[in-house]
Amino acid sequence: MIYLDNAATTRTAPEVVEAMLPYFSDCFGNPSSIYGPGSKAKKAVNEARHTIAESLGVKPEEIYFTAGGSEADNWALKATAEGYEHKGKHIITSKIEHHAVLHTCKYLEKRGFEITYLDVDTEGKVSPKAVEDAIRPDTILISIMFANNEIGTIEPIGEIGAIAKKHGVLFHTDAVQAYGQLPISAEALGIDMLSASAHKLNGPKGIGFLYIRNGLKLRSLIHGGAQERSRRAGTENVPAIVGFGAAVERAQRLMEEKQTKESMLRDYLIERIETEVPYCRLNGHRKDRLPNNVNFSFSFIEGESLLIMLDMKGICASSGSACTSGSLDPSHVLLAIGLKHEEAHGSLRLTLSEENTKEELDVVVEAVKSIVERLREMSPLYEDFLQQGQ
Amino acid sequence: MYSEKVMDHFEHPRNMGVIENPSGVGTVGNAKCGDIMRIFLDIDEEGIIQDVKFKTFGCGAAVATSSMATELVKGKTVQEAMQVTNKVVMEALDGLPPVKVHCSLLAEEAIHAALWDYAEKKRITIEGLQKPKADIHEEEEKEEF
Repeated sequence: MIYLDNAATTRTAPEVVEAMLPYFSDCFGNPSSIYGPGSKAKKAVNEARHTIAESLGVKPEEIYFTAGGSEADNWALKATAEGYEHKGKHIITSKIEHHAVLHTCKYLEKRGFEITYLDVDTEGKVSPKAVEDAIRPDTILISIMFANNEIGTIEPIGEIGAIAKKHGVLFHTDAVQAYGQLPISAEALGIDMLSASAHKLNGPKGIGFLYIRNGLKLRSLIHGGAQERSRRAGTENVPAIVGFGAAVERAQRLMEEKQTKESMLRDYLIERIETEVPYCRLNGHRKDRLPNNVNFSFSFIEGESLLIMLDMKGICASSGSACTSGSLDPSHVLLAIGLKHEEAHGSLRLTLSEENTKEELDVVVEAVKSIVERLREMSPLYEDFLQQGQ
Repeated sequence: MYSEKVMDHFEHPRNMGVIENPSGVGTVGNAKCGDIMRIFLDIDEEGIIQDVKFKTFGCGAAVATSSMATELVKGKTVQEAMQVTNKVVMEALDGLPPVKVHCSLLAEEAIHAALWDYAEKKRITIEGLQKPKADIHEEEEKEEF
């Protein structure tokens, strides 16, 4: 199997699993309990929180564990909306955010909030100037993702953070794809809130966090016990939190090495596909791009067919095609960067890990070439295109 | 997600290609929702479908339903071909996931569109055949916010 869907999820690293195991068995105690096993669990949770805080240059008490990135996004938006609605009811975001942000915005719109969805350019960049121009006296929050999950474009977070600060508006960033891949300093970038998820960086699924800068007024997400400073009650998912800590420690340690290797593989893959497959288009920014992201559109073919055929050859990838999303609309991100519907349907996302090899990518390129050719033979759109050319 | 029959027809599509100077050709669907199907028919003087070919832009289910639909109408009379409904195609494929049912509607509609083209060329009417809709897709279920 050649696994090229690391933006969907990553393999849990063996050292992460190893770190988690004792917290299912020997150290099963509730961190809130006073006795030995309980305090052992508490210590482990604290250590993980410390590791994560350090990775962002923030204080441990500013990290709130959640069940994942979507929960963190929901919380950041809904709680800011509730906590600051006396100040205003306007929120700025972009058209290419993850659905966890966009659908939460739709929810807030129904409840009387006004949302500005900023356009992006053809490479998927949000313009800092457009952010500044959209700010109004009643703007309470700017939420722009750190890097896009589909096309890998890295947004100008530092510039947007500075603008938010200048205007006294809170700034949240969904860093689910970037955290662990890119160095992030919350302070330097002017980030007030940040969402992340463990399973994107070789940690376990079902655990994430929201960083909330001290001093922010944010409503509790779950009411109950005193966990997470009473803002997100409920007994901690201790093994997952420990695993998250171990994954962050690993990601920080390997970041440079991974970046170098993955971006080299990425550029190799992009170059081969661009030169060897006709009628294709690279989606996303060429330079400001996640080190592991490759995203292409192939004209005249549909993505799900491409994915099934790749799967038959043991290659795991994903697509922005409607058929893979369970809806009839293709990816909102690809439409936002100006692709036509049929181009968006024919997209392929390949996301690497440091475990991939050049030899694997050679196999993938050959597979993509032959499958695209085969699907074009079947495609009435390609037939029409060839006839128009004659 | 797909039945073995669907996968078989996807992997080894029957009757894929074109017919030069067909008796009838029909194209349905649109690129917006991601499915376009084109069916070519070769119908002899007795009204028997001697040959049928298809080209499809779409997902696995769209390819498989095109392939199965062409198998089901090949060698049949025009009237018999009219009985090949989306339900028949779906049953022949051992079912489709609910989100893919619209693909089987597209296959039925593509055959009807090709038959309509044939009937227009021959200036005949085919019992039960209505002018095909170019665009087949169900209303998507919208999330409630």
